[in-house]
Amino acid sequence: MAKYITRRVFYMFITFFLIATATFFLMKALPGSPISSASKLSPSQLAVVEAKYGLDQPIPVQYAKYMLNLAQGDLGNSFQFKNASVTDLIIDRLGPSMLLGTQGLVLGVALGILLGMIAALRQNTVWDYGSTFVAIIGISIPSFVFATFLQYWLAVKWELFPVALWKDGWMSSVLPSIALAMGPLATASRFIRTEMIEVLSSDYITLAKSKGATGFEIAFKHAFRNALIPLVTVLGPLAAGLLTGSLVIEQIFAIPGIGEQFVKSIMSNDFSIIMGTTLFFSAFLIVVIFLVDVLYGIIDPRIRLSGGKD
Amino acid sequence: MEKILEVNDLELSFHTFAGEVKAIRGVNFDLKKGETLAIVGESGSGKSVTTKAIMRLLPESSSEFKNGQILFNGKDLTKLSDKEMQKIRGKDISMIFQDPMTSLNPTMTIGNQIMEPILKHRKLGKAEARKVAIDLLRLVGMPKPEARIKQYPHQFSGGQRQRIVIAIALACNPQILIADEPTTALDVTIQAQILELMKDLQKKIDTSIIFITHDLGVVANVADRVAVMYGGKIVEIGTVDEIFYNPQHPYTWGLLSSMPSLDTAEAKLYAIPGTPPDLLNPPKGDAFALRSDYALKIDLEQAPSFFKVSETHSAATWLLHPDAPEVEPPLAIVERMKKFPGSRYYEGTEGGTY
Repeated sequence: MAKYITRRVFYMFITFFLIATATFFLMKALPGSPISSASKLSPSQLAVVEAKYGLDQPIPVQYAKYMLNLAQGDLGNSFQFKNASVTDLIIDRLGPSMLLGTQGLVLGVALGILLGMIAALRQNTVWDYGSTFVAIIGISIPSFVFATFLQYWLAVKWELFPVALWKDGWMSSVLPSIALAMGPLATASRFIRTEMIEVLSSDYITLAKSKGATGFEIAFKHAFRNALIPLVTVLGPLAAGLLTGSLVIEQIFAIPGIGEQFVKSIMSNDFSIIMGTTLFFSAFLIVVIFLVDVLYGIIDPRIRLSGGKD
Repeated sequence: MEKILEVNDLELSFHTFAGEVKAIRGVNFDLKKGETLAIVGESGSGKSVTTKAIMRLLPESSSEFKNGQILFNGKDLTKLSDKEMQKIRGKDISMIFQDPMTSLNPTMTIGNQIMEPILKHRKLGKAEARKVAIDLLRLVGMPKPEARIKQYPHQFSGGQRQRIVIAIALACNPQILIADEPTTALDVTIQAQILELMKDLQKKIDTSIIFITHDLGVVANVADRVAVMYGGKIVEIGTVDEIFYNPQHPYTWGLLSSMPSLDTAEAKLYAIPGTPPDLLNPPKGDAFALRSDYALKIDLEQAPSFFKVSETHSAATWLLHPDAPEVEPPLAIVERMKKFPGSRYYEGTEGGTY
């Protein structure tokens, strides 16, 4: 196990390094610079500012400098927000985003599992069709359309929740979390339904029945854990979907999260923030995928992690 | 001997998109205390379905009891509620399945899987149930049971897994043990070990066994009595000697002739021609008539009833009717009959040997 984790961490660093490199050169390939929008500056003033930020140096030199700073945990300073350090900016914005993401994922996956279980155990009944309908809605309606509906009905018409902004504490997080949860909910319910039906027809379920197990014991003691395995596999991509989903959702609900800041900095070509946020997202995903792999082994003893023989 | 299970006129159908499949079409047999009854027949003959019907393990949504009774200790199992059935399954009647690679839950330790019926039916505490489970593992010949009880199914070989499945089946000392082709998925050397184990265990715990197989070699090894099934019906039933050395039904002749043997000079192995009947539209007369060289005209029109050969032996074939012409069974069968006292070809005085 320890050997496996060390190896995985090493690979995680390599992945992270490659992403950082690719993002850096992509950013440099973009036309314009953070300063070019400030058209009031004369060419000579521009040159002074560029020199100050090191933008006049050849790109390989800039790359080496950036990577050296990155290795020390320094993501540079923003061009836009009064020279604040990117790390501080991200940390400031982290709270709301993490809250929304976590709530969205937990709510979506939990409800999805519940719906999928009901559908599988009541196959070809109204329950099953209802759950299928919810899943189709969740997959086919984009989260931003759904968010608008939520705002109109639950916030404007019935005034249950604030329409937008991050002013009413937890209440402000409810609608965006629901909007984010729809995707994972649909995916989870479909996965669980298909897998439960498959598992329920397997030999070991017949054996469990032949031991005298009740329907409840069969569903939860024997089938559920086996049906979870494929869902765990897609948890990584689901978490990734939430990240990108949050970019849009945070805009719609005017939430001061990372996503909102990310979009703003793309608009203003603030590449140190774009780089920083991209790297932060990547690091987050790399860690999530690693955790999913560990979780996988906990649920399924057949793939308990070991050092491997190679 | 005391009858423990009686199956009377059992008829069962599956409802499929194509229509009603009459999988069991009037099956009668009984099981006595402590005996082993083998049910043999080719795929689709209804042998597995019959035993799954006894356990009520068939999907309720698509299967239906059309007629008949399954009497276990006087109770008709076809009439019991799910709850009542759950109390019988695993406690009074338990089952061993065909494929040990898929019949254990991959995410549960084998200890927990063995302990499940013990906790459920025997009302023991966890620590005691664990002790029983370890004893069971030792009983089925698992080395180091204390350590292995914590392991998962994938850490065991096929033969070991079948031992575990047997341990689960024996956990509550069942009165009836149904073994549904328990050795089919195992390789030959392991097959022999598992058969030895089952014979051994039967002596130790005095249970009745229904043994389903299509392997006649296995039957000769384990069974006291044999029921031959074809097309959803039993066509011949008798003691193991009667079926092997004095078979009466042409299907039984076919089965025995298609069994490889070391002492025939014949180089080519016999195979029964044709395919089993379509039970969506079961044939009117004897289901085997179309594949049989010995079919009479009446076989195509009317299904034969059982004719008694001896107290323990009967067969459903018109050939046993007093008015039927005398036919000569295949040579290999005549050779067998020569060894059976009471058959019309009997010669010599030494008894039958396997």
